[in-house]
Order: sequence, then C-alpha cells, then structure tokens
Amino acid sequence: MGDLLDRRLVLVTGKGGVGKTTVAASLALLASQRGMRTLACEVDAKGDLAAVFETGPTAFAEREVQPRLFAMTMDTEASLKEYLALQLRLPVAARIGPLARMFDFVATAAPGVREILTIGKLAYEVRQGRYDLVVVDGAATGHVVGQLAAPQAINELVQVGIIREQTRWMLDILSDPDQTGMVIVATPEEMPVNETVELAARLRDETTVDLAAVVVNRVLPELFGRGEEEAFERLATPARVGALSEAVGADAGPVVDAARLAVTLRRTRADHLQRLRAGVDPSVPLLYVPYLFLRSHGLRATHQVAEALAAELGY
Amino acid sequence: MERPRTAVSIEQLLAAKEIVVACGSGGVGKTTTSAALAAMAAARQGGKVLVLTVDPARRLADALGVRAIGNDARRVPAAAFAEAGTPARGELWAAMLDTKKSWDDLVVQHAPDRRTARRILDNKLYENIAGRFVQSHEYIAMERLYQLHSEGSYDLIVVDTPPTRNALDFLEAPERMAEFFSSRFLRVLTAPARSRVVNLASRPFFTVADRVLGSQFLHDIAEFFSLFQTMAPGFVDRARSVSRLLRDHRTAYVVVTTLEAAPLHEAEVFVRALGERGFHLGAVVLNRVLPPWLLDDGAATAAAQLAEDPAGVAKALAAQGAAAGDDAQVARVLGEIAESFLNFQVVAQREAEQRAELAVSTDLVVSVPYFDTDVCDLGDLLRLAERVWA
Repeated sequence: MGDLLDRRLVLVTGKGGVGKTTVAASLALLASQRGMRTLACEVDAKGDLAAVFETGPTAFAEREVQPRLFAMTMDTEASLKEYLALQLRLPVAARIGPLARMFDFVATAAPGVREILTIGKLAYEVRQGRYDLVVVDGAATGHVVGQLAAPQAINELVQVGIIREQTRWMLDILSDPDQTGMVIVATPEEMPVNETVELAARLRDETTVDLAAVVVNRVLPELFGRGEEEAFERLATPARVGALSEAVGADAGPVVDAARLAVTLRRTRADHLQRLRAGVDPSVPLLYVPYLFLRSHGLRATHQVAEALAAELGY
Repeated sequence: MERPRTAVSIEQLLAAKEIVVACGSGGVGKTTTSAALAAMAAARQGGKVLVLTVDPARRLADALGVRAIGNDARRVPAAAFAEAGTPARGELWAAMLDTKKSWDDLVVQHAPDRRTARRILDNKLYENIAGRFVQSHEYIAMERLYQLHSEGSYDLIVVDTPPTRNALDFLEAPERMAEFFSSRFLRVLTAPARSRVVNLASRPFFTVADRVLGSQFLHDIAEFFSLFQTMAPGFVDRARSVSRLLRDHRTAYVVVTTLEAAPLHEAEVFVRALGERGFHLGAVVLNRVLPPWLLDDGAATAAAQLAEDPAGVAKALAAQGAAAGDDAQVARVLGEIAESFLNFQVVAQREAEQRAELAVSTDLVVSVPYFDTDVCDLGDLLRLAERVWA
C-alpha cells in the first residue's frame, strides 16, 4: 500500500455532518502545498467546496483556487457532453443539447447512468494525467458503494458497445491500490462510527476499492494530565467553586460546568474511538484531526485541518 | 388581514397534524428527533402514533425497545414507557422503510396481472432500479408514507427523510415520477417493436445511444419500460395523490439543523423552498445547541482571570483554606479549565450569532441542548422531547 498522497485518485466519503468536505479540501490543499498539481472535485453540487476554499462558485470546468490547486463541481450533463465530444467526435454543445436531455431522461430511470458519468469523468482525469492527484469530495457513506458499483453493474448489463470498453479501464484504475484509495471521514460519535465500520466492511466485500485511511475528525483534546482530574473533582465542590468565584471576583460556576462537559464528552467519545479502531482492519491507518475551536468554517479551518493531517501523515 | 393561526409550540403542532416530516441535511439528528417527537406524542397526547424511519437504525430499534424494525410496524411495548417513568396515554409504533420490499409491493399492486408483475420483478434492470438507484429511495419513502396514511390506522405519523443530495429531491420525487410515466419519450421508447425500429433509427439520440450502449442494452431498456408502462395509469394517479398529500394542510414539515454553517445554510434553503412550493413549514428544530451559560459575561471574566494568573488564584484558594491539592497542580487545573471554557465560548458565540441571523418564515424555532451522552433508550428520547415540547 502506497502513501495516501502518492495515489492518483483519493475518494473521500463520510456520514453527513462529519466534515467530509473540509477533510477532502484539506487533503487537496496539503497535496498542492507539497508541490503536487491537484484537482479537487465536489460530487454533490452543493457549493460546499467553494465555501471551504472561500472562492466563488465552482463549475464543471476546473479553476485554480490556490496555487497548483484546482477545483471543480461534478455535473453529469456536462460530463456526458464532454464524453460524447471526446468519444464520438460529435459536433459541440449545440447539437448535443436535446440529446443530453434525452439521456437525462434515461438517467432518471436507468441504473447507474449518472454514477458512471461521475466515476467516468474522475477516472478520465486520472488517465489523462494532467494532475498528480485527484481528490474527490464524494457521495455520503450511504451512496458511495452504489456509485462505485456502477462500472461493474454497467459492465454486467451492457454486453457490447463503447460503454463496455470504457468501464473496463475505469475498473482497472479503481481497483488498483497504487492508484486509487478511499478515505472515510468519521467523528468519534455513535452513528458516524457505526457507518464507518459498516462501510469498511462493504468496501471490502462488495467493491475492489482499497480503503486507504480513516480520518477521525473533531477529536476533543484530553483536558487533564495525570492526577489532575481528581484535583478537578475536589475543586468542583460547591464550597470550593464559591471560594474560586470569590478569588476571581466573578461567577466561576460555568467555567467548572464547561470543564465537566468537556470531560464527559471526551469520555463518551473515547469509547466510540475504541469501537472504531476495533471495527476497522488494523492495516488501515486512523488519522486524527483535533476539534478546532474556530470562529468559522472557511479557508482558515481548511488550513488547520491540512496541518493536522500533515502531522498525522508524518510530513 | 388576520394572520392565520399557526401552532405556537411543538405540542400544538403535533396535536394538530396527521403527518410530520422531519427534514434537513445528513447528520443533524433527524431520526432521533423524529423518534423523540413521536414518543412524546404517544405518551402525552395518546392515540396511535407511528414513527417511520428511512435510516437503517438498529440503534433506534434498541432505543425504542423493539427487537428489529422492518417494513411492518411494530408496537413499542407500553412497559418501556412505564420503565422510562412516563406511562403512555397512547400507543407508539415503529416501522422502517424497506426500499426493495416497498417497490415490490407497489409493482404487484399496480401491474395489470400477476404474470406481468412477475416479469417486472425478475427484470435485471428492475432489480438495479429498486435496489441501487438512489432517487428511487426518495420516491418510495413518500409513497410508503402515503400508503400508511391512507390505511387510516394512525392518528399521527412522524417520518424522517432519506439523506438526499438535494434536500428538495424527495418532495419533488412524486411529481418527477408522474411526469416520467406520462411523458412522450417513454411512449416512443416503448412503442411496439417494429414501429420502434422505423421510428427510432432516424432519431439521432438512438443512433448515438446505439453506438455508446449497444443495441442489446437498448432493447433491455425498452422491454423494461414496456413492462413498466403497463403500470402507468395507476402509478401516475398514485404519484399525484402522494404529491397532494405532501401539500395537504394536515402535513407539516419540521426542519432539523445544527448551528453549524453548512447544515444551517441548507436548512434556510429548505425553508424557503418549502414556502415557494406550497408545503407547510411547522417548526425549525435547532439541534445540539451549546448551553447558554457559555455566553455568561461573569463566567468569561472569571475564565480570563484564571487563564491569566492560575498560580495566583491557586494561592488565594489555599489562603482561604479551599485548596484542592498542591498549589502547582491546582494552578495547572485552573489554567486548563479556563482555556477549555474560552475555547467552547468561541464556538458558543459563533452559534449564537448564527441563531440570531437565522432567517426563517416561522415563529416556531426551538433549541435542543447538546446532550453530552448518547441517546440510548426511550427515557433519553423522552427527555430530549421534553426540552422542546411546550
């Protein structure tokens, strides 16, 4: 297994709300900072990627948002146009318009059409080699296996035709651990850990894609050192909190309550972390990103997560 | 003009509606919120309440004290409520959406005869559509809701919605489905085989599609749609009924979000979209809100003081006879808790700001405090609901 950023295609997934986009953006930023020409692609056109890079809206045509870092948003219709133009040497957009609508129609019902256009575009960028690394802010955990299974499904359904030939090299790229790696983002909470463990198993059993790493986001720092928690408990009695308030001339109660909240949270989460480690193959590294007490979720947060990931990756 | 009266509390909202749909982006706690509201409605308001979840939520089954939740509703034992200290006036039932099973039922119901139903169910494409195809999930969730409602077995149905790429997808799914089945394109595609060849060969779409996909696949698609087409009349009617029910005044939407930037933004978009499309917004639930005392000015002063001179404060404590250990250790602890408070305060301030700027078209906005432990049983669900109830 190669180093995470030595691969060509890194697919990032995770349950909603765990910071999947931020982690994908941070990995891309880190790669670009290390001199790699990097493409970051958002699969769900929500505009979250633009938000974490603090740039204007991203589109299907990639745009350089930081030095060496390019960002794009997946658009299956545009992907289809590009595909048709490349494969069939069809005349450009104007004539494809109605055709694309028809395809859109089929895609509404026929399985895997949208998925294959998404995966196809990504694999195409890898094969073209214009980028050292393609990082994908991918589908959420619930959908990602379906998306990855699309080339295989199409391969089974379509017996002849250009598409069938296409799916073969896509599968080759996706199945090669030197080229492609999946990253699951989780937080040390119950549901994200459950979904991560389940997805890791499904990736192994139902796909040929290698799980490169699990990023554990928002890990709360250990508040106290050895023996200090006992000292804190002695301090947290009403009489001592009163004395403390007197000593600082203001109500220290909430400060003590906040510390208790932090301790309880950390403890609940430690159990989930353990479950996560036990539930994922030991050969898969867990990369820890601390909880960031930040004012915003913009570029500043992306930079800090990138720094944390760099440390975890040993850079 | 007098403003129409709307519910001013979650309690009133649940008492007045027959269907409550929880929506919002992934990971904000839709499933838990739905279950909590349904449990509370069953406990306090009585009647038969169903919580329909689309999440494969083993944990929810555990929390509700039912062994496994499937497509068929199960009753949460009355004893579980008694154990949680809140005897229930009514009944709580739970069901989970089984996408494949629901599609199969729908096909059997709408196919003209058994043989056609069998052929559809055995079709390779069908399996893909029912099992993997993402959008089908959204439609079937709403379809199942409609079915359960039309059976008339429940006074209130609380449903959470599947995580969608686009929050609106599931609201529009019935219309898209109706449009799809009544479209001209589908008729062309499924025209009798001979005329199809004549008709289609001349169309650029099919010449291209043929080269890209191969004619066998096209044939498979055509056959599948021909079969599916036989269900069209019933299907279109049904999809329209589903769509009407979603807009009915008996149906209300509860938008769930946390105060983080991305979900909150999505919630605002969602609230706007509901209004524009004639769906009824019932309430906005802000989940996992940090405790208000983090914003306390006095506490901020105390924390600043502690952070600045922990050793001095530790000495002062010792002088008062209130030492909690040796001075150096107490000083370290004081510095750490001050730092921790100030950290959390930054986040709490950001949240308060977000809350203040939240622009939604309802007065019913409630906050659920951050629970520092997991929601594990019915008692936890009821405690959670208690916080937003009245």
